[in-house]
Amino acid sequence: MASARDIRRRIRSIGNTAQITRAMQMVAASKMRKAQEAAIQVRPFVQLLYRIQRKATTRPIDFKHPLLEVRAVRKRAVILVASDKGLCGALNSNLFRLVAEYDPQSTVFITAGRKAAQFVARTRRQLVADFPYGDTPRFAESRAIAALARDLFLKREVDEVRVVATRFVNTLVQQPLMLEFLPVGDIRGVEVPGAPPPEALAADRTEVLFEPNAEDIIGYLLGHYLNIFIHLVLLNAKASEQSARMVSMKGATDNAVEMIGHLTLEYNKLRQGRITQELLEIAGGQAE
Amino acid sequence: MAATLKLEIVTPDAIVYSKDVQMVTLPAIEGQIGILPRHVPVLTRLVPGEIIVRTNEEKEFLAIGEGLVEITGERVAIVTDMAVAAKDIDEARAEEARQRAAARLRDKISDEEVATVNASLARSLAQLRVKRRHRGA
Repeated sequence: MASARDIRRRIRSIGNTAQITRAMQMVAASKMRKAQEAAIQVRPFVQLLYRIQRKATTRPIDFKHPLLEVRAVRKRAVILVASDKGLCGALNSNLFRLVAEYDPQSTVFITAGRKAAQFVARTRRQLVADFPYGDTPRFAESRAIAALARDLFLKREVDEVRVVATRFVNTLVQQPLMLEFLPVGDIRGVEVPGAPPPEALAADRTEVLFEPNAEDIIGYLLGHYLNIFIHLVLLNAKASEQSARMVSMKGATDNAVEMIGHLTLEYNKLRQGRITQELLEIAGGQAE
Repeated sequence: MAATLKLEIVTPDAIVYSKDVQMVTLPAIEGQIGILPRHVPVLTRLVPGEIIVRTNEEKEFLAIGEGLVEITGERVAIVTDMAVAAKDIDEARAEEARQRAAARLRDKISDEEVATVNASLARSLAQLRVKRRHRGA
């Protein structure tokens, strides 16, 4: 049986923990709002670019861009986007579970975020490059990642590039996802809201004029498209991370408060018992 | 009722413009092009410059950065890295940005950076040109 002093000490220590987790919850909440806004703002841009990309690359044209080339996959690269810091619930472990499906021999990794790099190193997989990204992902950071992946693909060091990252659905739901990045094709496995379904695009056979020529337009378009794709992934990852952290910190705070309640009850019972016993002792002493 | 074009201008930060218009003039890579309703479908690149939008009542002017445009008979969809209406251009800030970019170019920097700085220089120049031309407006 714990003494009253022990219980008091535990209450105080849990109170301190609750204070810390509450502070972290507040910080995450304010960062979350910013990150969510950014992730939502970029959506219309991506929708339109995606539509143009589909339109440009599904036309029957007498020219093949190297970024569209589908090859037999001997080696693949995975861009793994995780958080820099922990304390965000199951966010990262959900991602790593997805990654575990890839054969470590034929897969190389490009990581963004410290936890991703640590995971790749810990499980002795092959790491090509590790990129940092800040609380508000900047376009330059996305471009660096996209450029590296594109080079690997064009130099034929890998035959396929995929992205494993978290998609931000809402504050409570974040979805770990695997997306095909290169060769450029359909975005499968995730609906691009507002964009017409692939069947509608495939059915649309209107002749489109490319000015000055298809090669120039598609080259320019694909470069942009890849950069924006990664940018969107990073923004989503950040929004997910902050949301997950806020929710898990809120959970921790709630648990701490509940625990303090239990301990206080126990402490009061103990105190009451002691007072009752003391009273009985006094009464007993008088009776003698 | 004459046919109209749905003009959409989207940047990574926002939907800048979304309205039905009569005519659009765009700075395409091969020169200025004017788009009327029922234009043939075209995909082309845009260079930093000025967009002139003609609606029933008025003309609007916007400065845009480089980007892509998708033209069909009933819509013009523009994706660009920058778009600012002439009346919202802050000349002092654009001028400042231009000078910053020019100064940056004089320093020794990597090719990658040169491209970035050149792009931002072109953006501020486009803003300045549009603003100065419509100072009275």
